[in-house]
Amino acid sequence: MSSLTYLFSRLLQMIPTFILVMIIIFLLVRLLPGDPAIAMADAKATEAQLEALRQRLGLNEPLWTQFFYFVRNVLAGDLGQSILLKAPVADVILERLPVTVFLTLYAVLFSILIAGPLAAVAALNKNRRADIIIRGLFQVGLSTPVFYIGLLLLTFLAAFLRWFPVGGYGQTFWQHMYHLLLPALTVALYTSAIIMRNLRSAIIEVIDAEYVQFARAKGLSEGLILRRHVLRNALVSTVTLLGLSIGNLMSGTLVTETVFAVPGVGRLMLDAIFARDYPLIQGLTLTFAVLVSLVFLLTDMIQSWLDPRLRPS
Amino acid sequence: MTNASLSLKKRFSHYKYLRGLQSGFIAGLTILGSSLILAFFPTFFAPYDPNVFDFTALQSPPTALHPFGTDNLGRDTLSRVIWAYSVNMQMALLATIFSLITGVLVGAMVGYYRGLADIIFGRCVDAIITFPFLVLVIAVVAVLGPGLINMYIAITLVGWVYYARLMRAEIMAQMANDYASAGKVMGYSDSRIIFRHLLPNAITPVIVYWMTDMALAILLGSSLGYLGLGAQPPEAEWGVLIAEGRNFITTAWWLSLMPGIAIVITGFGFSLVGDGIADLLRPRG
Repeated sequence: MSSLTYLFSRLLQMIPTFILVMIIIFLLVRLLPGDPAIAMADAKATEAQLEALRQRLGLNEPLWTQFFYFVRNVLAGDLGQSILLKAPVADVILERLPVTVFLTLYAVLFSILIAGPLAAVAALNKNRRADIIIRGLFQVGLSTPVFYIGLLLLTFLAAFLRWFPVGGYGQTFWQHMYHLLLPALTVALYTSAIIMRNLRSAIIEVIDAEYVQFARAKGLSEGLILRRHVLRNALVSTVTLLGLSIGNLMSGTLVTETVFAVPGVGRLMLDAIFARDYPLIQGLTLTFAVLVSLVFLLTDMIQSWLDPRLRPS
Repeated sequence: MTNASLSLKKRFSHYKYLRGLQSGFIAGLTILGSSLILAFFPTFFAPYDPNVFDFTALQSPPTALHPFGTDNLGRDTLSRVIWAYSVNMQMALLATIFSLITGVLVGAMVGYYRGLADIIFGRCVDAIITFPFLVLVIAVVAVLGPGLINMYIAITLVGWVYYARLMRAEIMAQMANDYASAGKVMGYSDSRIIFRHLLPNAITPVIVYWMTDMALAILLGSSLGYLGLGAQPPEAEWGVLIAEGRNFITTAWWLSLMPGIAIVITGFGFSLVGDGIADLLRPRG
């Protein structure tokens, strides 16, 4: 099977999942006690306006017809109108999405830079002092909530020392890098703790493998063995783990955006929640689901590229 | 070998086994134990009433009288952090226990019977893990309204899936063993095979996961409190306390710093105990 047909079959597999995802998002707002129209409309809306809204949202139709309308609109790119921002939900989300994607990629980069070398040091010194210290530190990292890490960094590095801005996003690429450095570090300190653990045991597993002993017997230098044989193989499970932790990463991003006032979709989600802007909440929830499943798909593709044994035959 | 020497040997190996217990596990148990004591008897340990205003000591930095300082209304931060133990320790239990029960039951059923239920279950799992955990939880909280009870409901609605997935896989692995088919041959009822034979053998990884999940529940609960979606002020809860201190962070840093330390220590305690239990329950060869 070529990788294109593999991609296609994976996309087909995603369809039933996405039907369920849509049902969940659709039912979410129907969980609201009482009339959704009253919840969505202005507090001052007249009965005629409410009726018009019910008509427009199809609330007088049977539930499954409503669901059909909902899916049809979403497929047409129509996510409804945001009450909070008085603009189409799709436009609002697309405007904020690049910020979150930027922050997430930045955080992934940091996580690898932090977790990679430390995992290697820990694995090569298994059960010695360096290993125990590194593992202990990461264990503490895993026990620290993201918002607390963010608040500490914000207070000491941005507010007291004034090395970094206390929020915002900036205009140019380098300004983005500067503004999002602390937020990305915040997310990464948490994520790298998850990766470090896995990468360390992956390296320990690989380091005793026969092909590594063979490479050593051939007289290859330790550095070359580590780069060419050990890290490369440990990379496969790390990519998988990174891909599967995308949900965690996104959750961390959401909280971090709130702490640092970064204008991304995570912060928008909280604004939407406090404004009870249900179309926007639905749209954002869907956006997060799409992002996560795209990353799952990408993970599968990268995995089969890195490890030929995983390619479907 | 005589009976006496056998029992002696048994006792000796037991002793060695106890000595071999990780010191981390003991540290974790100590942390959890003291946290529970603080949670059950806050009045014995809190030096002040957590909700009483003291206008003679507004925003006092840490002193001998107020070791963790006071807030803008003169409330003693140490007392508030201690009172919060009962809320946050309760979170570890209430945000996980219903997911655990539902997940174990559903996972055991679909793992044992397979069939259409299993296929539908698989699709549900795929759909729910497509959402970032926090996004789905806060979306449900948004619909139900902020507050502790609604937070527990939201976490349970999402969280049971993770237990069920794990339970299903373990039950299926156990069913490959001879004793499961032996039970069937003996004509035991399905419920007897599931609950008396399979479940006790399959539950270990779920219990280990539960321990980690309790640590996560404290982190999640305090995050939601911080965001304003969990416990509501004036209730003393670590996330809420940190959020309250945020506005004074440059003038009264202790307000946010101190509750955070309590979170980290408690979370650390849970994960140490989780690791220890994983070691204990892991079959030794």
